[in-house]
Amino acid sequence: MTRLSAKKPEPGPGGGRPDLAQQATGPSPASERAARLRGSGLAVGYGDRIVIESLNVSIPTGELTVIVGPNACGKSTLLRALARMLPARAGLVELDGQPIGSYPPKDVARRLGLLPQSPVAPDGITVEDLVARGRYPHQGLLRQWSKADQEAVDAALARAGVADLAPRMAGELSGGQRQRVWLAMALAQQTPILLLDEPTTYLDIAHQVEVLSLARGLRRDGYTVVVVMHELALAFRYATHLIVMAAGSIVAQGAVSDVVTEDLIESVYGLPCRLIEDPVTGRPIVVPLEEFPDAPAQDDAA
Amino acid sequence: MTGQRLWRRRATGLAGAATALAVFSLASVAAGSNPIPLGEVWRLLFGPDGSFESIIVHEQRIPRTLLAVAVGAALGTAGALMQSLTRNPLADPGILGINAGASLAVVAAVAVFGVTSVWFYLWFAFAGAAFAAVAVYLLGGAGRRSPTPARLALAGIAISMAVAAIVETVILADQKAFNEFRFWAAGSVEGRGYPVLWAVAGFICLGLLMAAACGPALNAMALGEDTGRALGVHIGRTRVLVMFAVTLLAGAATAAAGPIGFIGLGVPYLARAICGPDARWVIPYTVLAAPVVLLAADVLARVVVAPQELQVGIMSAILGAPMFIAVVRRRRIEAL
Repeated sequence: MTRLSAKKPEPGPGGGRPDLAQQATGPSPASERAARLRGSGLAVGYGDRIVIESLNVSIPTGELTVIVGPNACGKSTLLRALARMLPARAGLVELDGQPIGSYPPKDVARRLGLLPQSPVAPDGITVEDLVARGRYPHQGLLRQWSKADQEAVDAALARAGVADLAPRMAGELSGGQRQRVWLAMALAQQTPILLLDEPTTYLDIAHQVEVLSLARGLRRDGYTVVVVMHELALAFRYATHLIVMAAGSIVAQGAVSDVVTEDLIESVYGLPCRLIEDPVTGRPIVVPLEEFPDAPAQDDAA
Repeated sequence: MTGQRLWRRRATGLAGAATALAVFSLASVAAGSNPIPLGEVWRLLFGPDGSFESIIVHEQRIPRTLLAVAVGAALGTAGALMQSLTRNPLADPGILGINAGASLAVVAAVAVFGVTSVWFYLWFAFAGAAFAAVAVYLLGGAGRRSPTPARLALAGIAISMAVAAIVETVILADQKAFNEFRFWAAGSVEGRGYPVLWAVAGFICLGLLMAAACGPALNAMALGEDTGRALGVHIGRTRVLVMFAVTLLAGAATAAAGPIGFIGLGVPYLARAICGPDARWVIPYTVLAAPVVLLAADVLARVVVAPQELQVGIMSAILGAPMFIAVVRRRRIEAL
């Protein structure tokens, strides 16, 4: 395996899969399309605590944006502010060129979906009923259920791979199944922009990959997807646009191969590390450097 | 398709509740210190003949039954709304002290102004219910550190008992002014008649319509506040609408029949067991089935100590308390 030196941390295009590396370093289509979702001069917090101060961000349309950063850096807070879950103390969130607060709530909910960190499944609800609740923004007081609703629910169940779970009780499902059911609920909402707040936390690696490859498939179909997550190897693998946050600010953003360096990871996480190349995708993998009694001697460590 | 099977089950249950309502309404017209055979009740229902039985049926039992139906539907729906909004399966306007707030406002108004027209004290009942509803909501529904459902219910019961004691004291202090309130204070649909029924019917209908309109939003909010907001629910507006409907329903019911507890507790609970946690179904179920419980309590209240009568409020407490204990003892009580 190629080991990258500290001086040249980017995974070069000469890795195992040049095509993938090429795609990552090539010109991003995002730069050509206007961002539908952007925040400018945002300040957000809870109670007396200001988490984010004066932050500018735009979410590139048609990309799978992954937001990473250490615990409490404000990445979920940013996502919640962009999804109007938290009011901005200062600054503005714009959706399709208009302040997000100027739309009726259901109108926003037809453009932008959010899967929060810990949604609540009511006791005794079936999977199908749960997913059907994603249709709320498409329903009026007198038009409660239509053929379009049923089609959207069926399509969402199939897309998330949970069609066979439809009659089951949501409370009986495993963690991985439950997360896919929640994704189906968000998909039933049929929004072109989908924000996922830590959808892979508490899942094993197979289910993490399942959720993220679903997100990648959605992006391929034209969705704009934003995922907040912790697992760096998977974040780097799936992101087509990466946002790295630290202490309430964005410290780097762009294509993974342009952005991720050993210095960046060390400064953001306070963790000396080495980057190696993912043999499958050519994307970087973070290898922490620390005193490790059983490790072979590392004479080339910086 | 499973959705279809569930739909059929829900529709069957709804038809069953409607049937039970019809049966218990008839029983309520038949039962009492002068029991009238059901066949006779059926005949007199459509052909009043001026006989003693006919007068009892049309002047006393029918208005009493209609009032019990209206009050039962109102209290049950108020309970279903509060359970949905606070995700507390123990929420009931009687248990959480909303009926107590309304009744305290009523007796205070009557004591101060000496007017006993229902059109007068109805407004005080609304004010008292609104005040208690907001207080309860601030205590238990809002805020990040909300108390557990059981704690909130205990606080509500304590407040209700204290308020009931005050109400009794006020009534005993001025027996003349409160002549017709003595039974009312324990909860009674006896001898209230059409004037009271007409006074509250419009408000109860309005409250029921608002409840039905809030169903979809309550469903979305049941997935958590964030999910609800992400789905486009106007959270603040829904909360205000629901609390307004609860105030109308509990206030009107209390003005009409005095403080009656437990009606809103068990019925939404059973409705969820049959049709799942879907407010669009739970509310119609409750509208049909909660009056059945109140009618059953009222019929029992007339039968158990016949020819004397108990107040229906006492009977509903006797019937409702075991339900309350059963819900409290469930392990996953906060899971609504």
